[in-house]
Amino acid sequence: MATVAVIDYGMGNIRSVSKALEHVSGATRVVVTHEPEAVVQADRVVLPGVGALQDCVSELKRLGLDEVVKESIRNKPFLGICLGMQALLDSSEENGGTEALGIISGETHHFSDQLKAVPGTDALKVPHMGWNQVHQVKRHPMWQGIRQDSRFYFVHSYFVAPADDAVVSATTSYGFDFTSVIDQENIFAVQFHPEKSQHAGLALLANFLSWDGSS
Amino acid sequence: MSLAKRIIPCLDVDNGRVVKGVQFVDILDAGDPVEVARRYDEQGADELVFLDITASSDDRETMVHVVEEVASQVFIPLTVGGGIRELSDIRRLLNAGADKVGINTTAVNNPEFVRQAAARFGSQCIVVAIDAKQVGEGRWEIFTHGGRKPTGIDAIEWAKKMASFGAGEILLTSMDRDGTRDGYDLALTHAVSEAVPIPVIASGGVGTLDHLADGVIEGRADAVLAASIFHFAHHTVQEAKDAMSARGIEMRALDV
Repeated sequence: MATVAVIDYGMGNIRSVSKALEHVSGATRVVVTHEPEAVVQADRVVLPGVGALQDCVSELKRLGLDEVVKESIRNKPFLGICLGMQALLDSSEENGGTEALGIISGETHHFSDQLKAVPGTDALKVPHMGWNQVHQVKRHPMWQGIRQDSRFYFVHSYFVAPADDAVVSATTSYGFDFTSVIDQENIFAVQFHPEKSQHAGLALLANFLSWDGSS
Repeated sequence: MSLAKRIIPCLDVDNGRVVKGVQFVDILDAGDPVEVARRYDEQGADELVFLDITASSDDRETMVHVVEEVASQVFIPLTVGGGIRELSDIRRLLNAGADKVGINTTAVNNPEFVRQAAARFGSQCIVVAIDAKQVGEGRWEIFTHGGRKPTGIDAIEWAKKMASFGAGEILLTSMDRDGTRDGYDLALTHAVSEAVPIPVIASGGVGTLDHLADGVIEGRADAVLAASIFHFAHHTVQEAKDAMSARGIEMRALDV
C-alpha cells in the first residue's frame, strides 16, 4: 500500500493536515510520524508547520529529521506547507536571522518591512490572514482541476523570496506580489494551508497523492 | 485581486451541544455541532468560531471531541474559545484539530499568558477576545464575566498591548450591542482596527446583512462574526457574501 508521511515535529496543526489528507487519500495510507525511518520508507512526504521557523528547524535537527528531509527531497514527491516551505530556503529574517535547510536558494522576509517600502500599503495587517488568490505562473500537474486565481487560506507574517525566478510556481498579491508557491523537480511548496482551503485545498492534496514528482 | 474579507459564523457550545437555538428547516440535528459546521461550510463560511460555554471544567473534554469530529469533516479554519487557562488547554485543542484558540478572561487576569502562548504555539493561532463596553465619548472599557464585571482597562490600549504581546488577531465584541440586532459598534471597531497592526474581527449586534458590510466599510474590520442572523436561517452565508460583494467588498466565491 502506498504511504504518505506527514512529518510531526511537535508543532502546529499536524492533525488538520493528516485529516485533510485522509479525506482524499483513497488507497494511500497517511502516516503521521517523527521517526526518520518511517519518512524514508514512505512513498511521498509532507512537511507541514506553523509557528516559528527557528523552533521548526531546531526540532527537525533534534529529531534527526533534517537529513531525512534533504534525502526525501531528492527522490520522492515532497510537499512543504507554510513553515514547511520556509524551512527549505537558506535563511530567514526571523529572530534576527535563522538558518534554514538551504535546499532552495533564497531568503524569507517579514511583511512589515516590505509593506513600509510600498506606498499606500502600510495599513495592511500583518499577519496576512485569510483567503487570497493564488496566481499560477506556469503549468504543473499539482494545479490539475484548480482554477486560475483560486483562493486559498493564508496565515503568515513572513514570505519567501527565492533567488531563482524559475522556481516560482504561483504568486499572491498583498501590497505587492510575493511567491506563494515554489516548485523544483519533485518539490512543491506552498505558503497557504491547503488543509484549511476547502475544495481548492483538498483538490491540491488529492493531486499531490497522485503526482509522480515530475513537472 | 487581493485578500478577501471573511465571514465567520459563531456557535455557542454547551457540553457538546450547540445552544442558542440554531434553526435550519432541513437539518436533522440542529444541536449537533458537526451538522451545523458542515452546513455553514457548504454555504461558504470562511472560518468558524466555536465558543465553549460549558460551565463545568469536568466537561471540557467534550469540546475536544467536538473539535476532532468537526476537523475531520470541515476543512476551513476553526477557532475555539472559552475556558482556556493553561498552555496545555491550547495544546489539547490544537492537537484535536483547532487552528486557533480564543483567549479572553485568562488574558485579562494574566497578560503574560498571551506572550507565553504566542511564543509556544505561534501568533497565528492566538486570538485575543475582547469584550468592551462604552464608558464615555470615544472611550471603551474591558468587561469580563459576560459583560458584568468591569476591569478599568481601556479597550484600545488593551488591544495594542495584546498585539505587542504576540496576539495574531483580535476578536472584538461590543457588550453594548451583543444581542441587540442594532449593528456593530462601528466607532469601537474602527478605533481598535486603526490602533493595532493585526486583523480585527467585528462582533456583537448584527441584525441585517448591511450591518456586516458596515463592519468592514465603516468599522474597518478584517472579518465579521455573527451568530443569530445565520442560526435562525434568516440568511445564508452566501446571501451575506452577495450583499457584501454588492457593496464593493472583496469576498471569496465558493467554486474551486
